[in-house]
Amino acid sequence: MNGVQVSTTVNGDVEEFVCHPGETLLEVLRNRLGLTGAKEGCGTGDCGACSVIVDGQLVCSCLVLGAEVEGRKVATVEGLADGNRLHPLQDKFLEHAALQCGICTPGFLVAAKALLDDNPDPTEEEIRYALAGNLCRCTGYDKIVRAVDAAAAELRKSSKKKASGRKK
Amino acid sequence: MAEQSYTEQEFKVVGSRVRRPDGVDKVTGRARYGADAFAPGQLVGRILRSPHAHAKIKKIDISRAEKMKGVKAVITCDDLPDLTGGRGPNFDILVNCMARGTALYHGHAVAAVAAVDEPTARKALKAIKVEYKALPHVTDVDAAMAEDAPIVQPGVEHDGKPSNIVNVSQFGHGDVDAGFAEADVIIEKSYRTEQTHQGYIEPHACLASVGPDGDGELWVTTQGHFTFRNVCAQLLGMDIAKLKVTSSEIGGGFGGKTHVWMEPVALALSRKANRPVKLVMGRDEVFMGSGPTCSTSMDVKIGAKRDGTITAGQATLRYQDGPFPGPWGMLGAMTSWACYDLPNVQAVAYDVLVNRPKVAAYRAPSAPMAAFAVESTMDLVAAEIGMDPVDFRLQNVAKEGSKAAYGPTYGPIGIEATLRAVKNHPHMKAKLGKNQGRGMACGFWFNFGGQTCTDLNIGVDGTVNLTMGTVDVGGARASMSLIAAEELGIPYEKVKCNVGDTSSLGHNDTTEGSRGTFSSGMATIFAARAAIDVLKARAALMWEIDVDDIEWKDGAAHAKGIEHSNLAPLTLAEIAKKSPQTGGPIAGHNEVVADGAGVSFASHICDVEVDPETGKTKILRYTVVQDAGKAIHPDYVEGQFQGAAAQGIGWALNEEYVYGEDGRLQNPSFLDYRIPVCSDLPFIDTEILEIPNPNHPYGIRGVGETSIVPPLAAIAGAVSNAVGVRLDHTPMSPPRVLKAIREANGR
Ligand code: FES
Ligand code: FES
Repeated sequence: MNGVQVSTTVNGDVEEFVCHPGETLLEVLRNRLGLTGAKEGCGTGDCGACSVIVDGQLVCSCLVLGAEVEGRKVATVEGLADGNRLHPLQDKFLEHAALQCGICTPGFLVAAKALLDDNPDPTEEEIRYALAGNLCRCTGYDKIVRAVDAAAAELRKSSKKKASGRKK
Repeated sequence: MAEQSYTEQEFKVVGSRVRRPDGVDKVTGRARYGADAFAPGQLVGRILRSPHAHAKIKKIDISRAEKMKGVKAVITCDDLPDLTGGRGPNFDILVNCMARGTALYHGHAVAAVAAVDEPTARKALKAIKVEYKALPHVTDVDAAMAEDAPIVQPGVEHDGKPSNIVNVSQFGHGDVDAGFAEADVIIEKSYRTEQTHQGYIEPHACLASVGPDGDGELWVTTQGHFTFRNVCAQLLGMDIAKLKVTSSEIGGGFGGKTHVWMEPVALALSRKANRPVKLVMGRDEVFMGSGPTCSTSMDVKIGAKRDGTITAGQATLRYQDGPFPGPWGMLGAMTSWACYDLPNVQAVAYDVLVNRPKVAAYRAPSAPMAAFAVESTMDLVAAEIGMDPVDFRLQNVAKEGSKAAYGPTYGPIGIEATLRAVKNHPHMKAKLGKNQGRGMACGFWFNFGGQTCTDLNIGVDGTVNLTMGTVDVGGARASMSLIAAEELGIPYEKVKCNVGDTSSLGHNDTTEGSRGTFSSGMATIFAARAAIDVLKARAALMWEIDVDDIEWKDGAAHAKGIEHSNLAPLTLAEIAKKSPQTGGPIAGHNEVVADGAGVSFASHICDVEVDPETGKTKILRYTVVQDAGKAIHPDYVEGQFQGAAAQGIGWALNEEYVYGEDGRLQNPSFLDYRIPVCSDLPFIDTEILEIPNPNHPYGIRGVGETSIVPPLAAIAGAVSNAVGVRLDHTPMSPPRVLKAIREANGR
């Protein structure tokens, strides 16, 4: 194999791997690093099931080459929880039954994380448009939108607490 | 069976909105779906597919591919010899898995490879040389019924002549001619629906392994691992007991994963390569090579008196099945008139073969199209006689004791209750603006029970393992745990429910026909009751009293009678702890053919706004009212209603298979086959009605399918009311709506 040697950071850990020049980041994550949380629903950038965050930016990992993440920071669904404490998005998805089959869930969580990092207080419409690149065939999106809205509220509450804690 | 019948009771945990047991795995990325399994030494499988809609396969040369470095197996139909006797459903599955002499549609599998990695497998596919001779093709259902149509399957005859009409079914009663003669108003109209796909986000995927001894294992995303085992074992000549099938987490199915599409190919590749083979479809293959639902062409005629009484209904339905016969037209005919009590009614259905993919079940298969035609015509008749469409339906609605057009006489049913709920719903009274319209429609689905087997094992610490055999497609493990907790009288958290593989339980029918909660729920109740009998017997031993003096309530054995008043209740955990000394493990088991699935009905309301310049429709508001019998976990019942409605909305407005003149599928991608996205939809309101199914101890009816039935007609009504022209062809995509507006305006 004409391999490309890549060194990158995934969920805070340094990862080194050799991949084919044409291999996608999604293939690398799933087949070489054992991170199967990102799913392949289409391989063409149309479903969002493979969503990950690279250097703070939401991308479809099926459209990024493995070789492109050299020296960058990749965040996947596996890194969302803080140890065994679920991220508020994960918690609210469970509370609101925002998943049925769950195949789209990792992509939605990552896309919602990217949204809330950027906009902590989105309107319903902003949530719907921010998640429009992620397909879900099971839920009709109703409970997903409610879960993201609830997680945003939760995150705002805890960041307020943190801020006022600092003041004291 | 009397114990199966419904008894009213106060539920303690059933009906609560608990967190699902498989939830944490699914939000952390740990859950393993079809494509998430690995085996040491596994190879990558790929399938070569026909570029032609219909072609003789003159020659397949695999010699070059076989010699390539890294290629471990190449197979054609020669590696899957026919063990079915050359006919029947399993023969059709075999032919569909791998073409035998003729490619029947664009995307039909013709050969497959297993190689050490993906790039090598792709190169190997290119090295296979197939010599085709193109044959005339037909992809349209009406064209396929024409006299001079190309014949899809030689040997099929209708009226003594070669034909693509593979089946004609008829249902009904009374005398429709006499009924129409009595009518004051008769409306007759034709409709068409285009082909849609279930659109599950997870492509078909499996990991197959056959050893030199011929025994095999299959990990697969499926709605029915026991059925897959039986089919694959037959096609590969294996003993059923020697093929272990494990169902992975399933990333959506909606009927599409009840069918075997490629698993025998993976097993045959593994057998030939003597290594595990992982086979995963690309999205284009999912569209081309795994079954969508039918496209249809339909005529409906309804006659009514001026007072709103229907005197006759007649439907002629033409459903295309792809190249293999299916029950699809028949199901359309059976469901078409199910909401109404009609004196004279008839439905005739044609199942027609075309050069498109093999049709598969899609959520309440065949019912949405027939409902589109019938419900749209109901609206037209109501308008013609100047009656409110809900009142018109209520006047003719089916009730307990009504004879359905498809045969049975109904027990207690919920259609009237859903219509009354719709009539009183605030949504019905909300004001509409310019270019906006409202529609409503009803839908029906049979639901199904079938063979089911469940195991319940109690651990020494008093926690419970429940092993069910129906695949969990969207929260069933939570519902089953609720039911087991309810019966045993213990907290929900003490139950852990898993889906067993085929070697751990007796046969379970596929999770289809909304049977999962109904039938596994029934088996779980009986398994728990069997375990309670054991628990009581153990308590009797511990107390040294007669078992008849013991009753089970609130999770504990209670000794009855004054003479035992000194005996404090023994909890499940206390009895379990002593089980090693009182006779060993405590378990309950049940196998049942779950009869008496209760039919279910839904009525929907929809508001839309149509842009008169572009023809684009926006859904403004959507309300689902459906009878659930008993909602075990209301969140997931609502989720089923919402998901079904969303699929119906996609079907009504956007989704369609587009075929070129060349018979090739033009849009096998999520970019060009556009399913609804988050920004296309509003919140979907739901109202759960609970009219108990008399044939289930808890009153459960299936809930998963019915709500995909009304949307086509409800939205067609809304769009038609918004633009002032009746739409009769789905999807009501912008160009089609614009065309209808222009034609109505004489342009
Ligand atoms: S798999 Fe990447 S967008 Fe669908
Ligand atoms: S939960 Fe199944 S696709 Fe979203």
